[in-house]
Amino acid sequence: MVPKIDIDNVTKYFGDKLVLDRVSLKVNPHEVVCLIGASGSGKSTLLRCVNRLVVHDYGTIRLDSVSVDDPAFGKTGLQRRAGIVFQSYNLFPHMSVLDNITLAPRRVYGQSRTEAEDRGRDVLARFGMDGFAASYPEQLSGGQQQRVAIARALMTRPDVLLLDEITAALDPELVGDVLAIIRGLKDDGMTMMIVTHEMGFARECADRVAFLDGGVILEEDTPDRLFGAPQQVRTQAFLQRIIAAGRL
Amino acid sequence: MPALIGTMSIVVVFGTLAWFVTSAEQWPRIKLQFFNLDAMIAAFPRVLQGFWVNIQVWLTVLVCILVWALVLAVVRALRAPWFASFRLMVMIYIDIFRGVPVLLLVLLFGFGIPALNLPGLPNSGLFWGAVAMVLSYAAYVAEIYRSGIDAVHEGQRAAAKSLGLSEWQTLRYAILPQALRNVVPALMNIVVALQKDVALLSVIGVRDAVREAQIYTATTFNYSSLIVAAGLFLLATVPMARLADYLTRRDRQRRLQMAD
Ligand SMILES: Nc1ncnc2c1ncn2[C@@H]1O[C@H](COP(=O)(O)OP(=O)(O)OP(=O)(O)O)[C@@H](O)[C@H]1O
Ligand SMILES: [Mg+2]
Repeated sequence: MVPKIDIDNVTKYFGDKLVLDRVSLKVNPHEVVCLIGASGSGKSTLLRCVNRLVVHDYGTIRLDSVSVDDPAFGKTGLQRRAGIVFQSYNLFPHMSVLDNITLAPRRVYGQSRTEAEDRGRDVLARFGMDGFAASYPEQLSGGQQQRVAIARALMTRPDVLLLDEITAALDPELVGDVLAIIRGLKDDGMTMMIVTHEMGFARECADRVAFLDGGVILEEDTPDRLFGAPQQVRTQAFLQRIIAAGRL
Repeated sequence: MPALIGTMSIVVVFGTLAWFVTSAEQWPRIKLQFFNLDAMIAAFPRVLQGFWVNIQVWLTVLVCILVWALVLAVVRALRAPWFASFRLMVMIYIDIFRGVPVLLLVLLFGFGIPALNLPGLPNSGLFWGAVAMVLSYAAYVAEIYRSGIDAVHEGQRAAAKSLGLSEWQTLRYAILPQALRNVVPALMNIVVALQKDVALLSVIGVRDAVREAQIYTATTFNYSSLIVAAGLFLLATVPMARLADYLTRRDRQRRLQMAD
C-alpha cells in the first residue's frame, strides 16, 4: 500500500541543535498514528514538518508519494490537503467564528461569501457550534474554541489532519467532547497524526503509536503492544512516569 | 471624607499660590505684558485664523503619516528573502529620520527645496515643510506599528500560514488588525505631539497661530497674543491627552482580562 504520509529519514536542526534525527514514519490512508514522548522530544516539530510550517533539513516527506516541497503543490495545495490544529487554538481573536472558518476558503480558494458561509454553517452544526457563528473567540470556552479550530481546519476538506496536543489546554471536563469529535473523524476515514498526552485516548483510538525521544523514534507499534509490553527501557520509563502522574 | 480632604487641599494650595503670584510687586507689569485683555481681544481673530491653518495642516499631515508609516511597517514585517533589500532601505530610512531633529528637516525642506525651483513640483514652503513633518513622524509611527506587529503571538502567523494564506494575506487579515488595535494608545500620544509640532512650520513663514501671534507681538511689543495661541493649543490638546489616557487604561484592562 502507498502510505498517505511517508516521512523518510528526516533530520531537522534549529540552529546547531538537532531536533529530529533521521526520523522515518509511515501513515497509511485512514490510519491514525499517535506521537507520544516527553516535552522537547520533537513531536510538534515533526508534525509541523508535514505541512511545512517547519522546513526540514534532510530527508523526504511525501504526501501521496509527492514530496511536500514539490512545486506541484503550488502555493497552497499542501495546506489545503493537510490541516493542522494547535494546542492553543490560535483562532483569530478579531474575527467572528464564521469569519475565522471562512477566511481561507474565501481569501485563498476564492469561494464566494455565501458558498463559504453555507459550508461553514454545516461544519459548525456538525460540531454543535451552529449557535455560535456570530460569537467571538473570547466569548467561547476552551473546548468550544478548539471545536471551532477543528472546523476551521476541515473547511477545505483536507484528507490529512495534524493535531498537536489539542486537549492539553482544556479543563478536564471539556476534553471528552473534543476527543469525541476526533473519534468521529476517524470513523469518517480521516488520516491523522496526533500528538497527545492522553494515553487512554491514544490506546483506544490509535492504529499505531510512535514514541519519540530526543528527536528519534525509539519505538513504534500497535497501542496494545507499545503500552502493554514496551520493548525499550526509555519507553518503559516514560510510561512509568505517565502512570505515576495518573494519566494512563 | 478623603474626597473632601482632597478638595480642601487643592483649594488651599492653589489659593495660596494665586495669592502669592497676584500680590507680588511685579504682578501688574506681568499682567500687562502677558494677560492684557484688550490686546488679547485685538489679536484673537488673526490668531484664530492661524490656528485654523494649524488644524488643517495637522489633519492632512496626520493622515499622510499614518498611511506612509503603515507602508514602511509592512515592508519591514514581510519576511520573504527577496524583500531583504527593501527591509534594509526601511531600516536606514527610520534611522535617518528618527535621528535628525524635526525642526532641522522643516528648515531643510521648507526653505531648501522651494529655492531649487524644481520644475513640475510644488514650490510652497508650507507644502515642503509638511512633507518634512510626514517623513519624520512616519519614522516614529512605523516603529510603533512594528512593536504592535511584534506583539501579536507567533501562533497567529502559524495558523494563518497553515490555512494557506500568503505572507501578505497573513499580515492583512490576521496580524495587522490586531497590531493596529494594540497601538491605538501609543498613536494617540503621537497625535497630540503632532498637533503641537505643526507650529514648527511657523519658522518657514507659514501663517499659523504662532506666526500670527508673533506678528502681533512684533508690532505692539505685547505678548498677550502668544498666550491666546497657547490657550487655543491647550483647548485642543488637553481633551486629546485625556482621551489617550482613557484609551490606555481601557487597553490595559482588556489585556488583564485576556490574561485571566
Ligand atoms: N522555532 C524554534 N526555534 C528554535 N528551537 C525550537 C523551535 N521550535 C522548537 N524548538 C526546540 O526544538 C525542540 C523540540 O521542540 P518541539 O516543540 O518539537 O517539542 P515537543 O515534543 O512538541 O515538546 P512539547 O511536548 O513541550 O510540546 C525543543 O528543544 C525546542 O526548544
Ligand atoms: Mg509540542
